[in-house]
Amino acid sequence: MARMIGNDGVYRGPVAGRSASGAIEVERVIKVYKQTRALDRISFSLPRGSITGLLGGNGAGKTTTIALIMGLVLPTSGRVHVLGHRIPEESASVLGRMNFESPYVDMPMRLTVRQNLTVFGRLYGVKNLAGRIAELAEDLDLTDFLDRANGKLSAGQKTRVALAKALINRPELLLLDEPTASLDPDTADWVRGHLERYRKDNNATILLASHNMLEVERLCDRVIIMKHGRIEDDDTPDAIMARYNRTTLEEVFLDVARSRVNGVKEVVR
Amino acid sequence: MSGMSLHRGISPHRIGAMILRYWYLLMSSWPRLLELLYWPALQVITWGFVQYYIAQNASFFAHAGGTLIGAVILWDILFRGQLGFSISFVEEVWARNLANLMMSPLKPVEFLLSLTVMSLLRLAIGIIPMTLLALVLFHFNIYALGLPLIAFFWNLIFTSWAVGVFVSGLVLRNGLGAESIVWTLMFAIMPLACIYYPISVLPVWLQYVAWVLPPTYVFEGMRALLIEHTFRTDLMLIALAINLILLCASFGAFLALLRSTKKHGSLLTSGE
Repeated sequence: MARMIGNDGVYRGPVAGRSASGAIEVERVIKVYKQTRALDRISFSLPRGSITGLLGGNGAGKTTTIALIMGLVLPTSGRVHVLGHRIPEESASVLGRMNFESPYVDMPMRLTVRQNLTVFGRLYGVKNLAGRIAELAEDLDLTDFLDRANGKLSAGQKTRVALAKALINRPELLLLDEPTASLDPDTADWVRGHLERYRKDNNATILLASHNMLEVERLCDRVIIMKHGRIEDDDTPDAIMARYNRTTLEEVFLDVARSRVNGVKEVVR
Repeated sequence: MSGMSLHRGISPHRIGAMILRYWYLLMSSWPRLLELLYWPALQVITWGFVQYYIAQNASFFAHAGGTLIGAVILWDILFRGQLGFSISFVEEVWARNLANLMMSPLKPVEFLLSLTVMSLLRLAIGIIPMTLLALVLFHFNIYALGLPLIAFFWNLIFTSWAVGVFVSGLVLRNGLGAESIVWTLMFAIMPLACIYYPISVLPVWLQYVAWVLPPTYVFEGMRALLIEHTFRTDLMLIALAINLILLCASFGAFLALLRSTKKHGSLLTSGE
């Protein structure tokens, strides 16, 4: 059986329950929206400096999980700790050390790229802000349109600007919701390369939700697969593929989505 | 947005960042600037001529010059103050930028304080030309009211902020479906605030309701000043006390609505 669920319904896979000093600690979190159980007793712990992919179909609970970690959603029960602080009670202590990017969120369209980065840089209390903006503009190839309104940029340019905003405060924890959605393959590959370098240079922790299996295989040293608000599996990409006897995460994803184990429809758990 | 309380201090840098954000927006859009000027100018011109006509045909109004046009200007301070506050907030919902702000170190109280500054800035852009028009076209100098004008102004602004904070909370919780409240809620108190007529016009039972509203005290005070040439300090102090209660209540309501929004998970999908 692919799933490693304890009698209490909590995932007990090989990388669950790591040390309490991790970047993110999610313990038995339940989130209920009216009649819908969006998250069902999920638990996981991410060590600092790791890149973890959150996989799952639409409605699996990926965005809710990220929103919980950011403090944008309150859990119905359970506990969330980020960088050693309880969320949302102690969020003031950590929000300046983390950042995020999501396709569900825009940056003000009428403001230029430079103005947007200036506003967010000030909100995050970035020192030598002009220098940081110049550095990001060079790293993310924004120089040519720094003084253009955000609303007049292409989808790829907007994504790079959103990434610049997410990196403006050199976050220790970066939360990304589909970071390469709507990007052409070349730009998407370039963004992935940048994220890898950022993690390596800053020992940053990255949690990304994605539907792009190749992206997750390339970037992530760990994968959490979600389905119907529960954690179905949690391990390294290689270990997960081996467990499902598959050669790609895409095949694993389809197996999980269609409730198959080793290509066979699962009847009894 | 960090925390929900006032603890750990308020950062002027973060408030400044938000003011800068709204200033950039205002300067990038001439229709937004024009809108700030257009309606107050139209109001004062229309009501100025009404006052001019009535004064020529009714001895009471000829004697009590300026009550209508003064009322229009003070009403606009109340209405535009709230609108300036709430529209700046709604701009974030239109821009789908709320989640960016809510997960930044910006505190709710800092966010609201930046909106109060924007309310004053937007109000100044609209009201100062309005008062100059009243002076040039109708020879009504509202600044001649002197120190009482300061008491009128701040009491009206405090009420406008209290309403603005509450309305912003409703938009936060209910999305742009609640946007119409931004434009209409202040009109709901208009008949009870006795802007253009004395409170004695209302039925006795309704007068009790009207006295709950701080603007009622301001407009009564304005009439006392223009007609009887008396400044009613007592009215201003009562209005200030009610305003402080309203501001605390609206801030509490905003925090409760923010908490409810987080509970329902609608911050990432804020919109319609």
